Amino acid sequence: MLEVRGINKTFGGLKAVTDANLSVSEGKIVSLIGPNGAGKTTLFAIIAGFLKSDSGSVTFDGSDITGKPPHWICQQGLVRTFQVVQPFTSLTVRENIAVGAHTRIAGRRKALARAADVAKLVGMEGMLDQSAGDLTISGRKRLELARALATEPKLLLLDEVMAGLNATEIHDLLPVIRGIRDNGVTIFLIEHVMQAVMSLSDYTYVLNQGIMIAEGEPKDVTSSPEVIEAYLGHGAAERIAKMGGGNA
Amino acid sequence: MNERTRLFGWILLLITLAVVPLFLHSARWIEFLEMTLFVAVLGQGWNILAGYGGQYSFGHALFFGTGAYIQALLQVKFGFSPWIAMWFAISGGVLVGAFVGYLSFRYGLRGSYFALITLAFAEAFLVLSRSLKSITEGGQGVQLPLNQDPEKAIATFQFNFAGPFLSEYGFYYTIFFILLLAYGLTAWMERSRFGAQLVAVRENEDAARALGINAFKAKMGAICLSAGITAICGVYYVQKFLFIEPGIAFGPAKSVEALFAPIIGGLGTLLGPLLGSLFIHSVGEMTKATIGQALGGRPGVDLILFGVILILVLAFLPRGLVGLLEAAWKRLTGDRNA
Repeated sequence: MLEVRGINKTFGGLKAVTDANLSVSEGKIVSLIGPNGAGKTTLFAIIAGFLKSDSGSVTFDGSDITGKPPHWICQQGLVRTFQVVQPFTSLTVRENIAVGAHTRIAGRRKALARAADVAKLVGMEGMLDQSAGDLTISGRKRLELARALATEPKLLLLDEVMAGLNATEIHDLLPVIRGIRDNGVTIFLIEHVMQAVMSLSDYTYVLNQGIMIAEGEPKDVTSSPEVIEAYLGHGAAERIAKMGGGNA
Repeated sequence: MNERTRLFGWILLLITLAVVPLFLHSARWIEFLEMTLFVAVLGQGWNILAGYGGQYSFGHALFFGTGAYIQALLQVKFGFSPWIAMWFAISGGVLVGAFVGYLSFRYGLRGSYFALITLAFAEAFLVLSRSLKSITEGGQGVQLPLNQDPEKAIATFQFNFAGPFLSEYGFYYTIFFILLLAYGLTAWMERSRFGAQLVAVRENEDAARALGINAFKAKMGAICLSAGITAICGVYYVQKFLFIEPGIAFGPAKSVEALFAPIIGGLGTLLGPLLGSLFIHSVGEMTKATIGQALGGRPGVDLILFGVILILVLAFLPRGLVGLLEAAWKRLTGDRNA
């Protein structure tokens, strides 16, 4: 469904992403993890058309989308959410979601009705007429998800939807994301909350300082010494092994 | 306030506006209403781009003047019928809007940069209209020949010497009709996909783009619609006053007039520009009649007061008079979902 080949991106002298390759196959939940500043969000921005890569290609659903504008990519069925939520604050929840629905639906009334349906999927049906500016952080994260869903994507790019949520909220959101996948939407997510990564993803990529250092099933990836060192520093894997932990 | 109450309010307001002048036989008061509606339309033109689209223009005189000059010149120089000329005038305004919009939005100019670009274009047109004497008659302006034949009142779009009803109310109902058109268009826009996408771009352009909205296209649509409505105001002005000169057409006064009413009335609302215009003109007349008189009829007192009102509104009423009205309605009815 999504093929990323040889993506490079530098900001001034800083190499943000170096020769990144990955693929996301249909119907899966794939995650991208890595320490802060690893280049995950940059890679997402390149895939969704918000940034232009210096080289490399992005193929979505069989067609080359490298360097295409974000609105066009969204219309093809690839939509992203933002790590820092970006609600339309002076609109209601219903109107916010309807903006997404308008990508496929021209009529205002139908788009508003569709918004109400999508709100149910993320458990926001009780907040439809609230102003988006009055939502809690958890509400805003859900709204971000709902708006993206309303565009009827084939592939959903989620940038840290769990960040800033407490344990209960995360627990509530996990089945929502699984439900979206079960409805036929492929999901590619960036996440720091390991509980979410472990329980959701079928496959995981690890990015460190712009370089893809590991990939595989989440269980295997998180016990790989290279990944542990990326997160915890040089020599950490050895120390953990000595302590007899074995599992990070 | 629900949709039905709102619609009912609008119908009541429009019927009032349609009927009130019939009870006024003072030319001065009819003219007062004409100018109020004129600024209400001018303000709605600006409001579409700035209030709904978030692109604050400081040079809407550009579109007003373009419409006015095309309307005047086609009649004076080429003998066009005003009814034909107006289509060129409106198209000309839209074209200039599209040009300025393309230059600004293509290169992502926002906020104060966009305001400066529009101001610069208006100033450039002001200078050009003064210096291109062979086309625009320069600083002396363009005067339309006065038609004194009642038979030709409609054909020349001049009502001064028309029959008893037309000479009194012709221009009032002309601007009233234009108002219906402009506000109807805006109301349609509010309820359309285009309007929803435009507001999304105003609220957060990146999020809007991520959700499949072509922000450039939305902003272009807004500036074309906005410029077209503003150009109609130019057409109306020329037909009413039979005269246009560079300062009136492209000077900053019209640009300020266009943004004043919607900011005071309520940005990005359908009612805002009309409410703002009613308020400004009422206060203006009252000031002129009281303080202005007391100071020996010197002009400008009302303008000083407008400045003070603008500052007060910006400081205390971010949602303008419409916000005040909605809060009052909420309190009155106890309706929590107002």
